[in-house]
This record gives sequence, structure tokens and C-alpha cells, in this order.
Amino acid sequence: MKVVYTDNNATTKVATEVVDAMTPYFTEYYGNPSSMHTFGGQVAKKIDFARQQIAELIGANPDEIVFTSCGTESDNTAIWGVLRANPHKRHIVTSRVEHPAIYNLCKYLAQNGYHVTEIGVDSHGMIDLSELSDAVREDTAVVSIMYANNETGVVFPIEEIGAIVKQRGSMLHTDAVQAVGKLPINLSKSTIDLLTLSGHKLHAPKGIGALFIRKGTTFTPFIIGGHQEKNRRGGTENVPSIIGLGKACELAKKYVNEEQTRIKQLRDKLETEILKRAPDTRVNGHKASRLPNTTNLSFEFVEGEAILLLLNEKGICASSGSACTSGSLEPSHVLRAMGVPFTAVHGSVRLSLSRYNTADEIDYIIEHLPPIIRRLREISPYGRETKVKGQTSTVSARL
Amino acid sequence: MWDYSDKVKDHFFRPRNVGEIENPDAVGEVGSLACGDALKLMLKLDTAERIIDVKFKTFGCGSAIASASALTEMIIGKTLDQAAKITDNDIAEYLDGLPEQKMHCSVMGREALEAAIANYRGLKIEKPVEEGTIVCKCFGVTDNKIAHEVREHKLNTIEQVTNYCKAGGGCQSCHPQIQAIIDEVWHKEKEKAMIEASRKPVKRLTNIQKMKLVQETIEKVIRPTLKFDGGDIELIDIDGDRVMVSFRGSCSECPSSKVTLKSTVEAKLRELVTDTIIVEEVVS
Repeated sequence: MKVVYTDNNATTKVATEVVDAMTPYFTEYYGNPSSMHTFGGQVAKKIDFARQQIAELIGANPDEIVFTSCGTESDNTAIWGVLRANPHKRHIVTSRVEHPAIYNLCKYLAQNGYHVTEIGVDSHGMIDLSELSDAVREDTAVVSIMYANNETGVVFPIEEIGAIVKQRGSMLHTDAVQAVGKLPINLSKSTIDLLTLSGHKLHAPKGIGALFIRKGTTFTPFIIGGHQEKNRRGGTENVPSIIGLGKACELAKKYVNEEQTRIKQLRDKLETEILKRAPDTRVNGHKASRLPNTTNLSFEFVEGEAILLLLNEKGICASSGSACTSGSLEPSHVLRAMGVPFTAVHGSVRLSLSRYNTADEIDYIIEHLPPIIRRLREISPYGRETKVKGQTSTVSARL
Repeated sequence: MWDYSDKVKDHFFRPRNVGEIENPDAVGEVGSLACGDALKLMLKLDTAERIIDVKFKTFGCGSAIASASALTEMIIGKTLDQAAKITDNDIAEYLDGLPEQKMHCSVMGREALEAAIANYRGLKIEKPVEEGTIVCKCFGVTDNKIAHEVREHKLNTIEQVTNYCKAGGGCQSCHPQIQAIIDEVWHKEKEKAMIEASRKPVKRLTNIQKMKLVQETIEKVIRPTLKFDGGDIELIDIDGDRVMVSFRGSCSECPSSKVTLKSTVEAKLRELVTDTIIVEEVVS
């Protein structure tokens, strides 16, 4: 079956170049980088090279990059690392729209003796800077605000946030899992102290992540063990994936401009055409300050899981913020925080592109998505009466 | 992705009886946009109260649409009395099963049917199970509704309760209350079962049988009751009809433990074992 993959904020295809770079490290160069012998030791040099490739993508110093197993580990490492190194500071500031890796971690901390302040967002999903400014206190150990939102693609003004945080003498962590590779990032001129990135969101494999820790940051390791990663993360290095992440970052640097041009054009065309062909549809999220690859649409009066199942029949992969797809029965906390009405929140669909998407694929979605919405609206008891008389009750015959 | 049966997929991709009936004899509506699913069921009846036409409209996920479609096939041609006997499980079985997390979709089908029948019979939509105090604020589910689902489907965990009636699926702050309802339902059921058992034609209990029954009653009925209040009790000895116990926990310091001894412990043992039991407190 034809597959049109537009769920790239969930995960991405591993680039062929990445696979090729990784392959020798399974069967040929399988030594342990910590070994004394050359066979293992040569691998350590390759890890250093990967570290440099990553540093170059985000304008960091290679020493500031620590490899982890995923974005969630990087987030946990950052928050716990700072809290343990500053035990007298018991306050954390975060946003209401974070990824579960931060959102649920902060909930846990709030139940275990820490004070957490959650900053709200407006109806466009944009963070309230004055609320943030009021929230940061003397005992705030860390402010953790995502770089870009995974569901809506809304990009936060992270440097403005950083300026506020620095004024108060606190530290800034940002989960940039969705931003790295899609937006140009230069940490050499930044107020960010810690930054999370994840391999599988930028065409590297799953199971590899990294944490940027700015030089001079007081920090205690999260996973305690061997001396790997200069005592900042114990555990034998996941060599093939580290090599893969390095290669993926090198490619991302090469393609980051294409995100802002070709991919953005495809996204904009997709969005405009769907809005034109499916009435009672809205875009969730700030239209200007947004990742170039993401569109989050709400189709009123229909339910997201039903849309996904029908898209799936056409080979189109997308995701939804509806309750039935969340696994918890509660619709997306991001859309709820934005005050998206219930009529729209259950019918939300996120389409997220990558450099592997083609113009033909976008046309294919434009052709097939609007009829799916029409078909479900005919089944729905809600909505505007836009039907011509005599057309009801014929759905099953037409399907 | 949910693991739907072929029959669910068939009813989702080709739903039967979608639409509306002009001048229906009965209409049943349940759910809301806020909850994420809703079903409107319309019936046409003949003079013998036989369902001759049925149409539905659903706002909801794949299994909600499939459950509604299946329900319409199941009830067409049936009289209202016959249709009224259809349960959530019947709908799920008709579809070759639903994922456990989606059982509330079949519950919605049954409830819409109940509502339609009540509507036809001119009853105010009777919702005995809906009354009570709201426990789950996210989905507006009451304690009585939760207790009903627990009994009906023999549910033992909070997760199962969520699957059947959504309660506890949102902010989760009501989880302790749901657990308490589950405990209470099964505690009462156990008690009922024991009372039933004791009402069977009275056989003279042998000493061993009596001792066993005393032990069982204390373990399964009396101790859980006392534990609700932070207390506990220990069986020390049995001599004929004399049962010697010692209070533990908050009961041991409680001034009214003498009352508890007679009103709860002795009363229960007399009810469930034999009415000649005498309970005595001993210090151990």
C-alpha cells in the first residue's frame, strides 16, 4: 500500500546516509571506546567526531554535549542535574504545554516537595512572558520551557525567556527536540544553559539523545556509573547510534535552509487548500511563530480517531489530540491549555512533514482529507445543516 | 493504533442505518461534544411495538461509530421488550469484541437504546444509575453509575472502570474515590454471598465447620469493616459458642469498642455463623 508519512513530529525515517555510517559499528568496529587497546580506542575518536558534528549544528562546544538514550532521559538529566546541584533552591518554572517528559516530571516533583509554577499560553499557544517574569523567584532552580511545541509547532521566544531568567539569576533548560534540525540554532550566542535534543526526530535512530550542558553549569549526573561522558552520564556508549546521530546532525545542517523554504511551502499549501475545501476548520497555534513543517488543524463536529482511521485507509499517517487517541481519555493538554473549544479539540489532526515529503504527496492529502471530513460530518449529530435535502441517509450506500 | 476486529472495521467503514427518521416514534440521545462522543438513536415502531426502522448519528471514534451501527442491526425487527434486553456485552460480542479501553462505546449504545425506549413510553428519561454524587468531574460520572458498572461487569481495577464508563480517565484526582467504590461494592457482595450461604437450610455445624466459618467471617467481613476506621481485630480462641477476640489499631484505644464488640462483631457472627455466638474481649 502507498504510504504518505506526515507524522514526522512523532518520529522520522532514518536517513540512508545515517544507516550507512552506522553499519560498520555493529560488526567491524564493535570495540568498547573505554578499552586500552587500539581496537576499542579508535572508536572513542569516532565518538568525538560525532560530538563535534552535533556541536556544529547547534553552535556549541563539543565538550558541552553529553550523549543520552533519548529526549526523555536528557530532560530528566537536565532537571534532576540542576536540582541536585542546587539543593537549597526548591522552585521550578515550566509551561502548561510541555511534552510529558517535562510535564509529568514536574508533576512528580510538585508531589515530592518541590514548588512548581506552570506558565499558561494564550489562544495561539504563545507563552505569557509577563506571567513568566512574575513567576521566576530567588529560589527558582531552573526554568524549563520548550523551544517549540510538538503538537502545534508553536515556537517560543526562547532568548526573551532567557533574558528574564538571567536577570533573576536562575537557569534555563529548553526541550528543543522538535526544533533541532528544523530551525537554525546557535548556542554560542544564547542564554540557554541546558538543551535537550533527540535523534529520532531528525532522521537518526530511536534510542539516542543528547543534552547540551553549558560550560560552567553546576550539575550532578543523573545516571551514576562509569566515567563515560566525562563522569556526566554512566553507561557504555551506544556507539552505532552516536555515530548515526552525528551523521544526522551533519545532514540537518545541510538541509536546515530547505525547512524554511521548500518544506514550509508544502506545509502552507497543504494548510491553505484543506482550509479552503473543508469548512468549519481552524488552525491551532500561532501562524507566524511556528515550525515550518507542522500544521495542527481542528475539524469541528468530528472526532480525531475516526479521521485517523480513514486517513490510514488511504495510507496517510498523521496524529490527533483527541481523547480517543491519547490513551488516557483526556484530550490534548496542549490544546486545552490554549482554550481550544471542545467542539474543536476532539477533531484535531496534526500533519508534520519532513524533507522526504514530495509535492505529489501533499496533493494526495489535499485530495483525500476533505472527503473524509465530509463523510464523518454526515454521520455526526452535530454541526451546521449544510446538507442538501435528500442527501441524508445515503452515507452507507456511498461509502 | 487500536486492535479492532474485522467486524468493528466493517461497521466503521460501512456503517449501517446512518441518518435520521422523519417523525420518529422514539429518540434516544446520550453523550456530548465535551465528552468526546455522542449518539442519537431514532426508532420507528409498528402497532405491536416492533422496531421497523432505525437510524443513528454518532460523533465519536471508530468503535463508537461501529457500536452504533451494530446496535441498529441488532434491534431492527425486535419488539421494544426484546430490544430492551440487549446489554453492552451483547453489542461488544456482536462486533467480535471491543478493545477493553473502548468498552464505554458499547455502553453508550445500550444507554441510547434505554433512553429511546423511555422516551417512547413517555417516561421521563429514567436514569436511576445516573443519580448520586459526581465522582469524576472531568466526565461527570456519579458514584452510583460507577458502582453499577463495577457490579454489572465485575470490575476490579480503576483502569477497568475508566474503560467502561470513562470515570477517572481525565485528571485522575478521583482515583482514590473510585477505588473506595470498588472496595465497597465487593465488600458488600461478599457479605451478601455469605448471608445467602448462611440462609441455606440450616445444617448443624460441626465444631471444625463452625471454627472455619468464624475465622472466615472475621477475615472477610469484620476486619475489612474495622479497617475502614483504622481499627483491627484478632481472633484469639474459640470455645464452643464463645469467641474470644482482641482489638488492634485504633479500636484498642477506642472507648466505644465495647459497643463495636456487640453491635458489629457479635451481630455479624450471629448473622453469618450461628445465633448462639457470644463474643468476649480478651487482653493479649
